[in-house]
Amino acid sequence: MSTIQTSGTEEVHPDVALVERARGGDVSAFEKLVRQYDRQVFRIANHITQNREDAEDVVQDAFLKAYQKLDQFQGNSKFYTWLVRIAVNESLMRLRKRRTGRMVSIDEDVQTDEGSMPRDLADWSPDPESQYGQSEMADILRKTVQGLPPGFRVVFVLRDVEGLSTEETAETLGLSIPAVKSRLLRARLQLRERLSKYFRKNKNGGGK
Amino acid sequence: MTCTEFLAQLDELIDNEVSVPLRADLEEHLRECEHCVITLNTTRKTIEIYRSHEIYELPEDLRDRLEKAILAKCRNC
Repeated sequence: MSTIQTSGTEEVHPDVALVERARGGDVSAFEKLVRQYDRQVFRIANHITQNREDAEDVVQDAFLKAYQKLDQFQGNSKFYTWLVRIAVNESLMRLRKRRTGRMVSIDEDVQTDEGSMPRDLADWSPDPESQYGQSEMADILRKTVQGLPPGFRVVFVLRDVEGLSTEETAETLGLSIPAVKSRLLRARLQLRERLSKYFRKNKNGGGK
Repeated sequence: MTCTEFLAQLDELIDNEVSVPLRADLEEHLRECEHCVITLNTTRKTIEIYRSHEIYELPEDLRDRLEKAILAKCRNC
C-alpha cells in the first residue's frame, strides 16, 4: 500500500489524512475509508456471526460508530485495526443476541482439546481445489469454518484471512499473545482436520 | 524431538518465525516423520485456500446500498 512521505523519515499511512479530513466534517473523505474497508468488515462480521443479515447490520453500525468516535482514534494504531476492533465487538454483540440464553464470548470453548493432535494423517491430493467448482468450494469452506468455536474463528479470520499480526490480533481482541497463539494453532489444526475429509487422496479414503 | 514438540512449533514454522537452530531441529524431525510432513503441508494448504477464496463476498448492489445508508447516517449525526 502506498504511503505519504512526510518531511521527516516517518511514513504516514494515507488513512491518517482521510481520518483528519473526516474529523473536520468531510464525509467524502470518510466515504473513501468505507470503500476501502467495507469488504473486510463484511467478511469478518460474517465469519463471527455466521449470519448474513447480522453481517450487513455490523457493516453499517461499525462504520457509523467509527465515524462518531473518530475523535477517539489516537493514530498510534492503524485506522484499519481500530475499525476491526469496533467491528469485532459489534459482531460478538449480534452473535450473543441470536443465541440468547447461551453465553457467547471469545473465551468460549477454549478448553477443548479437539484438534490439538492431528488424527487424519492421510495426505491430500496434489491439487485439491481442482476437484470442486468455485461455489461448491466456497460452501465447503464456509461449512468448515462454521464448525469452529467463535473464539477460534475470530482469531483465525484476523490472523490468517485478514493478515493482522499476532500483536494486532491480541490488542484487537483484548487477549494475551500466548492466548492468540494457542487459539490460532488449534484453529488451523481443526480446519485442516475437517478439510481432510474433502481433500484427501482417494486411494487413502475410508478409515482413519 | 517428538511429534507433540514439533506441533507446538508448527505455527512459528509456518509463519517463518523460528530461530536457525530450532529450524534445524524441526527439519531433522521432518526427515524422519512422514505424519508431521503431511500435517505441515496440509495446514499450509488450509491457510492458503482460505486466503485465496472469497467465501463471504459483498455483492456490488448490496455494497452500494450499505454505503449509501452509512453515509446518510453520518451526514445526520
